[in-house]
Amino acid sequence: MTARPRGGWRRLTLLLVAALLATAVRAVAQAPDEEMRAALDGLGEAGFADKQAFAERLVASGHRSVRPLLEAWLDDRLYARADKRTVIVKAVDERLATYDLVDPLTLADAGTGAPAELTRIGTNNQLRRALRTALARFSFASPDKSVRLAAIRQMLPTLDAATVELLRHRATAETDADVQFEIATAIALAALDGDDVGARRAAVGTLSSRLSSDVRNRLAALLEKSDDGGYLEGDEEVRAAAAAAIAAIDGRRRIYEGIETLFFGVSLGSVLVLVAIGLAITFGVMGVINMAHGELMMLGAYTTYVVQTLLPEHVGASVLVAVPAAFVVSGAVGVVIERSIIRFLYGRPLETLLATFGVSLVLQQTVRSLFSANNRAVETPAWMSGAWQINGALAITYNRLFIVIFTLGVFALLLAVLKRTRVGLEIRAVSQNRAMARAMGIRSEWVDALTFGLGSGIAGVAGVALSQLTNVGPNLGQAYIIDSFMVVVFGGVGNLWGTLIGGMSLGIVNKILEPYAGAVLGKILVLVGLILFIQRRPRGLFPPTGRAAEGM
Amino acid sequence: MGAPLRLLPGDSRGAAASFLGLLAIIAITIPILNLAVPASSPLHVSTYATALIGKYLCYAMLALAVDLVWGFCGILSLGHAAFFALGGYAMGMYLMRQIGPRGVYGHAVLPDFMVFLNWQELPWFWYGFNHFPVAVVMMALVPALLALVFGWLAFRSRVTGVYLSIITQALSYALMLAFFRNDMGFGGNNGFTDFKDLLGYDLQRDGTRVVLLVCSAVALGISYLACRAIVASRAGRVVRAIRDAESRTRFLGYRVESFKLWIFVFSAVIAGVAGALYVPQVGIINPSEFAPINSIEVVIWVAVGGRGTLHGAALGAVLVNFTKTYFTGALPEVWLYALGTLFVLVTLFLPRGLMGIVPLRAAALPEPVEAK
Amino acid sequence: MNTWTNATGNGKATDWRALREAASRRAPPELAGKILYVEGVTVSFDGFKALDHLSLYVDPGELRCIIGPNGAGKTTMMDVITGKTRPDVGSVWFGRSVDLLLLDEPAIAQVGIGRKFQKPTVFEQLTVVENLELSLPGAKTFWRTLLARPTAAERARIDETLEIIGLTGQRGLTGSVLSHGQKQWLEIGMLLMQGPELLLVDEPVAGMTPQETERTAELLLSLAGKHSVVVVEHDMEFVRSIASRVTVLHEGRVLAEGDMDQVQNDPKVIEVYLGA
Repeated sequence: MTARPRGGWRRLTLLLVAALLATAVRAVAQAPDEEMRAALDGLGEAGFADKQAFAERLVASGHRSVRPLLEAWLDDRLYARADKRTVIVKAVDERLATYDLVDPLTLADAGTGAPAELTRIGTNNQLRRALRTALARFSFASPDKSVRLAAIRQMLPTLDAATVELLRHRATAETDADVQFEIATAIALAALDGDDVGARRAAVGTLSSRLSSDVRNRLAALLEKSDDGGYLEGDEEVRAAAAAAIAAIDGRRRIYEGIETLFFGVSLGSVLVLVAIGLAITFGVMGVINMAHGELMMLGAYTTYVVQTLLPEHVGASVLVAVPAAFVVSGAVGVVIERSIIRFLYGRPLETLLATFGVSLVLQQTVRSLFSANNRAVETPAWMSGAWQINGALAITYNRLFIVIFTLGVFALLLAVLKRTRVGLEIRAVSQNRAMARAMGIRSEWVDALTFGLGSGIAGVAGVALSQLTNVGPNLGQAYIIDSFMVVVFGGVGNLWGTLIGGMSLGIVNKILEPYAGAVLGKILVLVGLILFIQRRPRGLFPPTGRAAEGM
Repeated sequence: MGAPLRLLPGDSRGAAASFLGLLAIIAITIPILNLAVPASSPLHVSTYATALIGKYLCYAMLALAVDLVWGFCGILSLGHAAFFALGGYAMGMYLMRQIGPRGVYGHAVLPDFMVFLNWQELPWFWYGFNHFPVAVVMMALVPALLALVFGWLAFRSRVTGVYLSIITQALSYALMLAFFRNDMGFGGNNGFTDFKDLLGYDLQRDGTRVVLLVCSAVALGISYLACRAIVASRAGRVVRAIRDAESRTRFLGYRVESFKLWIFVFSAVIAGVAGALYVPQVGIINPSEFAPINSIEVVIWVAVGGRGTLHGAALGAVLVNFTKTYFTGALPEVWLYALGTLFVLVTLFLPRGLMGIVPLRAAALPEPVEAK
Repeated sequence: MNTWTNATGNGKATDWRALREAASRRAPPELAGKILYVEGVTVSFDGFKALDHLSLYVDPGELRCIIGPNGAGKTTMMDVITGKTRPDVGSVWFGRSVDLLLLDEPAIAQVGIGRKFQKPTVFEQLTVVENLELSLPGAKTFWRTLLARPTAAERARIDETLEIIGLTGQRGLTGSVLSHGQKQWLEIGMLLMQGPELLLVDEPVAGMTPQETERTAELLLSLAGKHSVVVVEHDMEFVRSIASRVTVLHEGRVLAEGDMDQVQNDPKVIEVYLGA
């Protein structure tokens, strides 16, 4: 059993808290500013007991400047000037010759003062606890749930009887389940330090349903031995319960880690689908091997860069503008490539491969000449940064989440275009039977150019997404071209669903392998696995069927 | 393949004789101009130029290897750089062991990079590479084994056309990633360099460079004759039949996958030997040799020269690389434009390559079937 | 050596023809007799049944014509026999001893089944003589063909075939420059060179002039007796001129079988062709 400090200050703090609570429920008439001012200005010479009494009054007053005042006090930014006036220093920094001052009641600027003329209004531990508790109570009163949660989390490392009391009180008023949950966690953590074995057992029971690594480590500490060989936790039953709780937490954390891996896999898979889907159209629908596909993505990424340079003030909007812009730029380049080169090479896939590779070299060099060989910085909009904390063990970053959503959106849109529009019908008709489609009055050359433009445009859109994930440079396309070919071949040529499932499964497998094999080896394993897979099923997961497939 | 493309029937006797003659002239005159003619003379060929020509000859061998599988068998391999690099690594391992205690760290057995990585002993696959004959066997055997395993899997399951091209590319890419790793035991990023000598001869000496050039020329000549013998045999006609109508060949009772496999393996051996000769002449081998773009470049040499003609492929390699050397020296930013445009123009307008416009007598190969 | 040819048992080590002949000699007389047994074969593509419990027997030396509307399963049947397509159920035997479903295309060709395609398929970049040379029976593995030199007998056989197909004057031309009819003839010549016991001929006279058609009919008739011939053809006049026995396929099944007159008067056949 650990010895716990006991002292008069502790009881005092309890009293103070009780007083604060009592005042909180009472409706208090606002104290006149003059009286407050007088009390404030007396602080410089007051003893700790007076300071505490003042703090009580301050909180009871409900004055609008209470919170910043208390925060400044806790931060050691509350000073007494030579003229006895109490002021808040905006920022304490020894390198500054003068401090900017703020009036604690009006919060208006109060001129400047030299550090030598200012005397800090000191605090002791007891007072600090009281101040902190008072501040937490303010946070609890906030209508914003995240503020309340943050306040609880802030308390966790310094739990004592006063804060526990405060938490217990808050628990009775709290309506939000998440906040209740955190309060229960905090109270249970505090109970682990208590003398009551029953309460400790109950606390372990409560904590066993938690996920955070802090809770897990706290429970693990119960099982440790002190230097003299005895367990830190004396009760065997509590230790057994703690061990079981740790196992339960670890088990759930593994599940969430699994979910996280799955999500990483899906987001990598989304990138793969996005880079491959344009190829799936040109390769799958038209039978054209477009080695310049990667460079069309690169053009999309550079389009994002250019749009951002044109709209330097609107990073968020520029990415949205870049999507259609990249589609148009890459799509137009694609149409030019189709009209000037590819149309002469239909039915000769290997030659197309070589010619488009030549195009890719030219595009790379063009970008080098225009933008230099160095990488360009593309900014990430604010709404794409940060993470969504789902629980103690699982957080999802917004940029990954947006890529997944974006990919699914592009996929759905493409599917709709191909299945539901006249243009899509013509594209499918030409891909299945060119001669018959022509006989039906479809201008197959126009459809070819359009299809290639569509595939290229989507490559450009993928480039916008890539600009948020990787460096934008002339070699961006080359890094993805093999991946995108593998996805299309794996999924089965001519099948958009195959590309979706193929890309997602490759992404997930890659992320599952990564922890065991490392990123590079994992990628090598995936490539080798793919090579073997294609040999088992030369036409991919969803092979094209029927007579048309024979010609490929 | 849709549009009919009239390929040249192969290398006529006259073309073969001219090609071998040209090779012989290079192998004889360059050494003389380098060693016997004084440096002050305008006829002197510098050691730099000698090594450069030696490098071109290695590239020409690689082009032969690609032409054999692509031009004659219709397998567009985008992974031949891998076989070339593997042969090069085998030679590099021998050269690294030859350095011995002369390395920066002065370790008697371990190459510098292993000392740097705190390795205590030589990995098992490095054993024997201090013996030249072992290294020579490995230069051919390692590419051959890779080609055998890969080809056996791929051809048996009838992976053809662009699918095959894409997985050969993936193979090369996977090997590149693997060789970039330090754990592989092949020097990671930096590969092998700072070679000292080969069979006891200093690699920096002019004489050694000249001998390497002559060796490259001889190897190219032998490879050329071997390829030509294969192409001219009935097996060669079966291979061309496979290129034109694979399934028809099967219905005549030929096991297509077996023909493809042996051609592929033989081609890989030529590529491996070419790589092995290349490394001592350029003085370095690193994982970027596996880069997919290298394999594709080889294909364009062959396309420029004229696929389906062996001398065309070899000349294409020399020509494109000569141009590359010129451009990267004089106008570096123009080179990729030039190469890219070359790809496009050749595929669009010169499907038979330069050999298609050179007015050669269309004398076919000796036809053993003709009754006398 | 070639690793998988030996594994599947079809390298030069196995003489299928001798095996087959030995087996048919051993077989009881009432079971022997047919050269090709196609029994209960079903092939479906995506739920569509190209062949539906098809059964067909061919006698040695017989000249059989197969007719039927488009999509009746004629080409699919050829694909099954030559190993290009695997049936879902059913059995296909060559004689009494060779289970064709265990063999792949080259092995099937080597046991003595030759095929001419619907679309004439010759090697366009090879000369006429080379096309015929590759059709010679014998050396079929890589290493044997690498060293193979044509014997005097083989040369004579090539010359003889050139004479039969009327391409002696074009012997040095590549396949790509031949006319459509000449390609048809060359492919028939390639079949003759193979000397198979069973010839499967898919639309041999498509694109031929009346004179060429007549010569083809003569040729096929002369082959019958020595070889078994199965001809798939649309041209009814041609079928009438050569066939003793006709099988009508419809929706993957045998609709009728008999001589030409029987078949033409069969009400089921009339219904299918005329859509009564």
